[in-house]
Amino acid sequence: MAMLQMQRINIYALLKHCKGILETLQRRGVVEIENLDIRDSVFFKEDTGAMQAQYTRSANVARSALEVLDEYDKEKKGLLSSFKGRTPISRQEYDRLVDSTQDILKTAYDIVAYKKNIEQNEAEIIKYESQLEAVKPWLSLDVPMNFSGTFSTKAFIGKFAGKKTSGDILKSIAAVNPDIERVEVDVIFSDENQTCVFILCSNIEEEPLSDALRKTGFEYPAYQSPNIPAQRQKEIIRHINNRKGRILENVNNIKALVSYRSKLKFLEDYYVMKAERYKAYDELSMSNNTFVMTGYIPANESQKLKTYLEEHFDAEVELEASDTKDTPIKLKNNKFSEPVESVLATYSYPDRKEADPTAIMAIFYYIFFGMMFSDAGYGLVMALACGFMLLKFKNMEAGLKKSVKMFFWCGVSTTIWGLLFGSFFGDAVSVISNTFFGVTPPNIPGLVVPIWFNPVNDPMRMLMFSFALGIIHLFTGLAICAYNNIKNKDYLAVLYDVISWYLLVGGAILALLSLEMMGNIAGFTLPPVFLKIGGIMAGVGAVIVLFFSGRESKNPIKRLLKGMYGLYGATGYLSDILSYSRLLALGLATGVIAQVFNQIGSMMGSSVFGIIIFCLIFFIGHLLNIGINALGAYVHTNRLQFVEFFGKFYKGGGREFKPFKINTKHYTVKEEI
Amino acid sequence: MSEFFANNGGLFFALLGAAFATFFAGIGSAIGVGKAGIAAAGVLSEDPSKFGKVLIFQLLPATQGIYGLLVAFLIMSNVGIIGEPVEITVLQGLLYFAAALPIAFSGLFSAIHQGNCSVAAIGTVAKKEDQMGKALILPAMVETYAILALLISILAIFGIAAM
Repeated sequence: MAMLQMQRINIYALLKHCKGILETLQRRGVVEIENLDIRDSVFFKEDTGAMQAQYTRSANVARSALEVLDEYDKEKKGLLSSFKGRTPISRQEYDRLVDSTQDILKTAYDIVAYKKNIEQNEAEIIKYESQLEAVKPWLSLDVPMNFSGTFSTKAFIGKFAGKKTSGDILKSIAAVNPDIERVEVDVIFSDENQTCVFILCSNIEEEPLSDALRKTGFEYPAYQSPNIPAQRQKEIIRHINNRKGRILENVNNIKALVSYRSKLKFLEDYYVMKAERYKAYDELSMSNNTFVMTGYIPANESQKLKTYLEEHFDAEVELEASDTKDTPIKLKNNKFSEPVESVLATYSYPDRKEADPTAIMAIFYYIFFGMMFSDAGYGLVMALACGFMLLKFKNMEAGLKKSVKMFFWCGVSTTIWGLLFGSFFGDAVSVISNTFFGVTPPNIPGLVVPIWFNPVNDPMRMLMFSFALGIIHLFTGLAICAYNNIKNKDYLAVLYDVISWYLLVGGAILALLSLEMMGNIAGFTLPPVFLKIGGIMAGVGAVIVLFFSGRESKNPIKRLLKGMYGLYGATGYLSDILSYSRLLALGLATGVIAQVFNQIGSMMGSSVFGIIIFCLIFFIGHLLNIGINALGAYVHTNRLQFVEFFGKFYKGGGREFKPFKINTKHYTVKEEI
Repeated sequence: MSEFFANNGGLFFALLGAAFATFFAGIGSAIGVGKAGIAAAGVLSEDPSKFGKVLIFQLLPATQGIYGLLVAFLIMSNVGIIGEPVEITVLQGLLYFAAALPIAFSGLFSAIHQGNCSVAAIGTVAKKEDQMGKALILPAMVETYAILALLISILAIFGIAAM
């Protein structure tokens, strides 16, 4: 239950230290810089847009170079590489790499240029290949394509659509102009689509033949060349090989630079960082020789930073407590409840004026998740998988780490509930023992028989337990509401909005439990005196709600109407409590589906074939069940927190603390502070 | 004929109930998952890195079909279609049939509407990736009614078996 105390920090320093101070702030990542908009005769804003653009461009070059390297030399990534996080490098290494950024940037430009060259050559190859395609039909022609005839003859080189023989062509020429006599038609190539021909005629008949050819559908080819086709083909092939050679050369050039991959990654990070730092200049106000900046810092970090800045940069640092509405929120919780912060964040950050409910929520979160998932086998799988990842990937990103830790604890809780309910991969132990060994297994508590009770055999008991947990959850929510009211010194609200509902709901429950009718369901009845006590409690509570829940209204009639509406909220409590029946339903669903898969798997009996089938169905079935029920448990645990629990007290609306920090993709710099 | 019915009717109605549970809840889930899948594929065409997120939304309406399967399986194992054969009276058969109805129809309609809601939520995630948590809760609200129906179906089946 904690939010870090925030302070407002103002830094005044000489302009020559501006770069150093911003670098320090970025590396430490503890200050959220706020835009300071002073513009007068002394202070102005520096426009760093051009610098930002330049660094962003350099970062993009590094990124493109990395993409090119990846294309020609695929980086091997494991299946779980997304959990790996950024690689930490030491400060010395960082400084060393910074010194060689110019060299790396040049390499990045080289790589991009090689790639561009490859692309150009590839485009040319495509062009030459289409020329090769065009020259193919003419290969058996032994004169150049632009051959027009000799002294006394005229040649026509071209094509007709469709498949034709020389006889067909002569016939169609004769049909158009029967006077043309001395014509020679050679079919060079023909297929379904076209017929390529070489037509020779005497000089005198050039014009009538030309006319006749046009009428019979003769076309001149698009491809023209002063060379003989076969020779031209050789030429084109030479060009293509030439281009291929250049591509290979460039590819080799690129491959030779593969060792630069990690440096290029650093380069991308470096320029992204630089661009962001220049973006921060927009938030400052500067005069000719000094600058001012303002922001928020968690109180526990402020002294260290103040001393450092004052010693190294001669800066003047001002700190003051900040508790305004705009102050950002940073949560601080212990290891057990911290992971649930991310769930809280998906709803909303708490307002400055209310308590951080994470610690209390975490306890219920793990309990509810465990009850809904409720299988020791599944819980173990989940906890072991998460534990393995936490141990293997130490540099996992903070957000992801939180989620993995949360599911680790959820897995632990699931295992405990599974043992209490006697579910281990459903009834796997009994099924395996009965089917394959023909013996009833010994009553191992937790794995075969439940330590507490089996909800499948006694669902009503589980239902009552779910409701009881629900009531505790809701009443805890009301208690936090009371805490918030006390914190804000609104003591009467505690009576009107919290105690009244404790009396009303608590009394109603007591009264209900002492009725015979409910006794059949719950399995027990309270002595009749509780009917009276509960009735009185509920009555008092109802009266308080009726008269005081509309207390903001001055008009008495309006106030009473509002009170009646407030009393109607009792139905909300009823549906809230009933909503916890999902603890039973989802728990049963997990358990029974697991049993279904075990039963289906064991249907083939105890032969070798049966064992193989069992293993297959066991593996796939339980994996499926884990997937779907873990999703269900996660979603519905969130729902119980967000709707039922938060509905009782949580307003939210706080702003998350977003410090100015290093937002890199590949590396983090270890800082010795 | 009536004798035949008196001897076998119970089993028939029980199986009819099991069929209803799988059949209707399954249809609902198929429609819901199908709709959400179409929307999810659309998002992927723009941004393939959201696969993990949209897949979760597509799976949300899948649960009703599983609840239906669950109820059907409980009925079948109680009346001996799976496992040891049991004598079932016509009344018991009819009761099992009635017990299957809540999940059959709540499953059908809640899965369709949860599918619609998932489609909208996928749209939310496509535009604002960080709002995943909130977007997930909205379709989950619809599921509540399938869970309530499942609960009643299961309690009824356990109740009938104990009679």
